[in-house]
Amino acid sequence: MTPHCRYVLRLADTNLVLAQRLGEWVGHAPALEEDLGLANVALDLLGQARMLLTHAGEIEGRGRGEDDLAYQREESEYLNLTLVEQPNGDFGRTIVRQFLFDAWQVALVEALQQSKDGKLAAIAAKSAKESAYHLRYSRGWLIRLGDGTPESHERVQQALERLWPFTNELFDGDDVDRAAAEAGVGPAPESLRDAWTQRVDEVLAEATLARPPPVPFGWYGKQGRHGEHLGYLLAEMQSLHRAHPGVSW
Amino acid sequence: MAIAPAAVAAAPPADVLERLRALLSQVADPEIPVISVLDLGVVRHLLQRADGTIEIGVAPTYSGCPATPAIKADIVRALERAGFRVAAVDVLSPPWTSDWISAEGRRKLAQYGIAPPAEAVGSPRRLLQPDPVVTCPRCHSQQTAKQSEFGSTPCKALYRCEACLEPFDYFKCI
Repeated sequence: MTPHCRYVLRLADTNLVLAQRLGEWVGHAPALEEDLGLANVALDLLGQARMLLTHAGEIEGRGRGEDDLAYQREESEYLNLTLVEQPNGDFGRTIVRQFLFDAWQVALVEALQQSKDGKLAAIAAKSAKESAYHLRYSRGWLIRLGDGTPESHERVQQALERLWPFTNELFDGDDVDRAAAEAGVGPAPESLRDAWTQRVDEVLAEATLARPPPVPFGWYGKQGRHGEHLGYLLAEMQSLHRAHPGVSW
Repeated sequence: MAIAPAAVAAAPPADVLERLRALLSQVADPEIPVISVLDLGVVRHLLQRADGTIEIGVAPTYSGCPATPAIKADIVRALERAGFRVAAVDVLSPPWTSDWISAEGRRKLAQYGIAPPAEAVGSPRRLLQPDPVVTCPRCHSQQTAKQSEFGSTPCKALYRCEACLEPFDYFKCI
């Protein structure tokens, strides 16, 4: 698999896994509005993932379509960021995870619109407004919870500390990232750090939350090395397809 | 999601185009049945290929909108029933925007009880600024408050009028 294909697949898998996680909230969110909100964010991410998976399959050129890639790869073949496979926890932790991701995705898709891969640039342009809208939602809730009751503040602060180490991976470029940057396919991950940090700091200040100190801690989900959570998520997501190969609605 | 390159294709003759547009004006959005796919602005081009097939370019509204396949299927069905051979292709770029909803579409939305988008969309960054003022579609008061960023479909947010106290859907600027 070429670095170009792996790069696109990382983006696709990150969206797909986060969409699946958010889907777990359906029927369980604290209020009907948030049930709808989280499901709508999930739908957008899933729609983007489908376009990216299809594109990755075309780059690969071995005839694999979106369903083959989504349902017939093993855990170690999944290239999503480790942050997005983290369990939902309570609503506050889900919002923290979403905010950290949305702030990154907004910066990413802005840069990706200049990609020399025309299809990827078009998908990014389509995603840009959706990502910004997701950020509005997660930012709004983070401020409300952080600057809310002592309990809501304490819970989101703890969630922030728990999830913070996983943000290192967002900006830690490896060979695939470097190849993509050199070919003009995608931005170097490090180049997104300043915009992300600035946005995160602004919102944390408004939410009266403290940014956790940097942690020398590396995760490499994007290289297929995952924590213990992804396998369970994939088992559930892929079970129908594995039980009934090729099934369609 | 197949993105077919426009094969050798040209604008259909004026009378055919008029007939196609008349047919499309009868194809309703599956979630908001008062507006047509033309009002919604998702029909991006109508071309006739060398073999006579009508190629229709359809822009998805939201990446994950579950109505997108239904909209395409409805369009193809309506045109085929009228005797056309049809190929529907996805048009991803430039991305669909609520600015493409027609004036007629905006009027019908308001009449149906859905507040139309309150302003034109500049850049995605605009979405991170404070909300525009949304007018209540029932009593036209501007004293309205957002209840939720997401409503019953991906394209709508939930508002409430502080004057007449009615909740209403708002078609998002995106």
